[in-house]
Amino acid sequence: MTAAVAISLSVNGERIEASVLPRLNLADFLREHLKLTGTHIGCEHGVCGACTVRVDGDIVRSCLMLAVQTHNAKVETIEGVSDSGEIADLQSAFRERNALQCGFCTPGMLMAAQDLLQQSPTPDREEIRAHLSGNYCRCTGYQAIVDAVETTARVRAGRLP
Amino acid sequence: MTSVQPIPEALSALDRPNSYIGKTVPRPNLDRLMQGRGLYVSDIELPRMAHVVFVRSPHAHATINGIDVSTARQMPGVIAVVSGRELSTVITPWVGVLSHLKGLKSAPQNAIAIDRACWQGEAVAAVVANSRAQAEDAAERVSVEYQELDAVTDMRAALSPASAVIHASLGDNLAFERNHDAGAVDQAFAESDEVIEAEFIFGRHTGVTLEPRAVVADWNPAEARLTIYQGTQAPHMVQNIAALHLGLKESQVRVVCKDVGGSFGIKVHIYADEMATYALSKLLRRPVKFVADRVESFNTDIHARDHRCKGKIGVKRDGTITAFEIDDLTGIGPYSMYPRTSAIEANQVVNLVGGPYVTRNYRARARVVFQNKNVMCQYRAVGHPIACSVTEGLVDLAAMKIGVDPVEIRRRNLIADDAYPCASPSGLRFEQLSHHAALTKLVRMMDYEALRAEQSSMRARNIHRGIGIASFIEVTNPSAAFYGVGGAKISSQDGVAVRLDAQGSVICQTSITEQGQGSESLTAQIVGSVLGVSMDRVRVILGDTDNTPYGGGTWASRGAGIGGEAALQATKVLRRNILDVAAAILQSTAVELDIVNNAVVTVADGAPRIELSELARIVYFRPDTLPPGIQPELMATRHFVPREYPFAFTNGVQASWLEVDIETGFVKLLKHWVVEDCGTIINPQLVDEQIRGGVVQGLGAALFEKCVYDERGQLTNANMADYLVPMSGEMPDIDVGHVVSPTLESELGAKGAGEAGTAGAAAAVTNAVNDALKPFGTIITEIPLTPQVILTALGRI
Repeated sequence: MTAAVAISLSVNGERIEASVLPRLNLADFLREHLKLTGTHIGCEHGVCGACTVRVDGDIVRSCLMLAVQTHNAKVETIEGVSDSGEIADLQSAFRERNALQCGFCTPGMLMAAQDLLQQSPTPDREEIRAHLSGNYCRCTGYQAIVDAVETTARVRAGRLP
Repeated sequence: MTSVQPIPEALSALDRPNSYIGKTVPRPNLDRLMQGRGLYVSDIELPRMAHVVFVRSPHAHATINGIDVSTARQMPGVIAVVSGRELSTVITPWVGVLSHLKGLKSAPQNAIAIDRACWQGEAVAAVVANSRAQAEDAAERVSVEYQELDAVTDMRAALSPASAVIHASLGDNLAFERNHDAGAVDQAFAESDEVIEAEFIFGRHTGVTLEPRAVVADWNPAEARLTIYQGTQAPHMVQNIAALHLGLKESQVRVVCKDVGGSFGIKVHIYADEMATYALSKLLRRPVKFVADRVESFNTDIHARDHRCKGKIGVKRDGTITAFEIDDLTGIGPYSMYPRTSAIEANQVVNLVGGPYVTRNYRARARVVFQNKNVMCQYRAVGHPIACSVTEGLVDLAAMKIGVDPVEIRRRNLIADDAYPCASPSGLRFEQLSHHAALTKLVRMMDYEALRAEQSSMRARNIHRGIGIASFIEVTNPSAAFYGVGGAKISSQDGVAVRLDAQGSVICQTSITEQGQGSESLTAQIVGSVLGVSMDRVRVILGDTDNTPYGGGTWASRGAGIGGEAALQATKVLRRNILDVAAAILQSTAVELDIVNNAVVTVADGAPRIELSELARIVYFRPDTLPPGIQPELMATRHFVPREYPFAFTNGVQASWLEVDIETGFVKLLKHWVVEDCGTIINPQLVDEQIRGGVVQGLGAALFEKCVYDERGQLTNANMADYLVPMSGEMPDIDVGHVVSPTLESELGAKGAGEAGTAGAAAAVTNAVNDALKPFGTIITEIPLTPQVILTALGRI
């Protein structure tokens, strides 16, 4: 077995120094080493989107990225964007619209939705549906999620000059 | 909403000031899930916890001639490698039969296979290590010597004398057969103007809960107690079964169910690998964790449907349906699942076919056969999608044959809304359904005539759109008739304990469970409404056999109807008790007092008299100031089970509007409508979202989802990339409407809503596809409706 590798990274603004096996993926690193269990594992091969996190500003499937690849990177998880208040309005819209049932897909769904809203401030329903197509939800049927993202976009647009 | 029945007087307990009943309020505790602060079983870690990985059979059917674990045992971090025979010293085998399913047979099943593996994916050895990665590494070094046996894969061949018999002791591969004959079927067909036959084929599919099945079992030998952390819909059932097979008393087993990442019936069963995990913890005297990976989920989570059903309908030229006949065949894998059995789905198909319609002439045969594939069992809307697709498919074929509009033939044959109570041709009793009110509402919601006009004008441009209608009935609020009468220790009653704490807040313990439906919310809404306190003062505790009353849990659309009624009755008692104490303190009488907005008030003028917090302070800390002889009881418990009707049937109707691309075979869903009747609606938003989620699971079955096995019993698409589930981009918006016919079995009047969407979605889509393809003279009666199926039917490939 290959020896552990030292990595240094920022996770939710905290400096992390760790020693990890090269085969360890980022999802397992976050969950098992850092106990950030809000990042969920649904399929372990990059299809379901439950493990979506942000690395240097871009959303990635943390099950498809190795922990060693995050050396010197800035990683943000659902815990980070919740505590910072960055997605408080999106979370509020999800709550009001009951856009989650079991909640297992929700952290990844919120990360993907926030990514869309940052790229495209006023997406229509089709755009929202297309952007979230990589995030599976087995409970809601998606309509409530689309509604919540649409509402958030409108509210944010209203706030802007 | 249309009320087809007057609200009974007894509902007054719910019709109080500031009632939450019938109101959309956000579910409590969603923030936890949205902030990544939930606690799913896969998140749980305990001191000294070990991880188990199972070595699974690569063959559909094989003798296990030997297992060499010597290399695996030497691998880093390995704690134990355990065979089925070794594990059988701590856990006994089981047989998945119930006495009310007459003739149902199955063979003893072990937690880990001994001597023989019967499906690809059955566990043959367990590797326990300090980490999952270490256990996986070691599992690869377990060497199993197999001798492949003939596999029975095609259910049609399973009953042939030439077929191998999977369990020799059973004599053949027939697990269960049910025959039903009501009315005068042959005469009815003879007197029909047209008799139409078709064979309906349903793909085997599965639930794909986003969180795979997971268990942490913690045997503490010093306490002689096993704590099981499991995402289950039925904690007390798990407690009973684990105790039974580990030789423990139920009091020695605690089942804790925190957040559950999707369930849909997948997590209402007890799987062999879960039993093995409990047993491994007992054997190794430490906590053991099992989390299925996605390949294991596909190979071992129960599959469902996989029916081939021949159907026949008779119709007169005036549109009267004269009779239904079906011959259903389903393959359930090598064992009947435990403890609910795998005969329930076929049994439900027999029960439900023809259910919405007037005709009493009905003949049915259902056969359930063993095969060397993964086990099949109950998944959301058990049997309903089969029965609904067959019934509604036949009704549309009859309508097409005699040239009657699909809405019109239903109007002529659906049971009249004023004909209740009555019974179905299979003998099921209906208390009050509303098929006609629902259909009328649906036709209005979708603007049926306008859609027909649009369809017609599009056809002229070679765009092929279709409308599909599907009426359905749904089994909800099951009594002991479902499992208890067959000998299963699965409770049909539920209990709720509710108490006022020392600051005037309310703690409510309920035996129903939460998997995202909103059990917690509906319980808090009922308690808050009946008691007169705000919902933020109600804390609901569920999912813990040590800390809730005994009960069935949340499955078969029973949480709101049964658990909700128990909450209502318990809270009424608590309210009376509080008012008795208040009367003593205030030198008044209980009838002159009420509780509104967290305070006791005078009924006459609504004047606040004493805050509940102050009342609680006096009761708990200054009982010496109460009049002599007063013993306050600020906790009340009530249980409920339906007794009058075995099931509270609901009904509804769905419609699909879609477009078929005849060049590619792709189906584009444009819109979907549902009108359903679940009785009293506690939270409209939660009901609508249950309907929508259920519809989308039905749409998955209609268009995408299928476990594809090859002829050797190998599952060829056991991953999320190859097994397709609905994605947001493909799903339509779904409009939901309601008719409200409360059940009079309970004061609450609520029936179930969780499965209605799944029951009728595929039937609506299939009928819509056939409607779209009408100009081509082709009929498709197979799901999923993949491009291949559609292009084949069109003769293009």
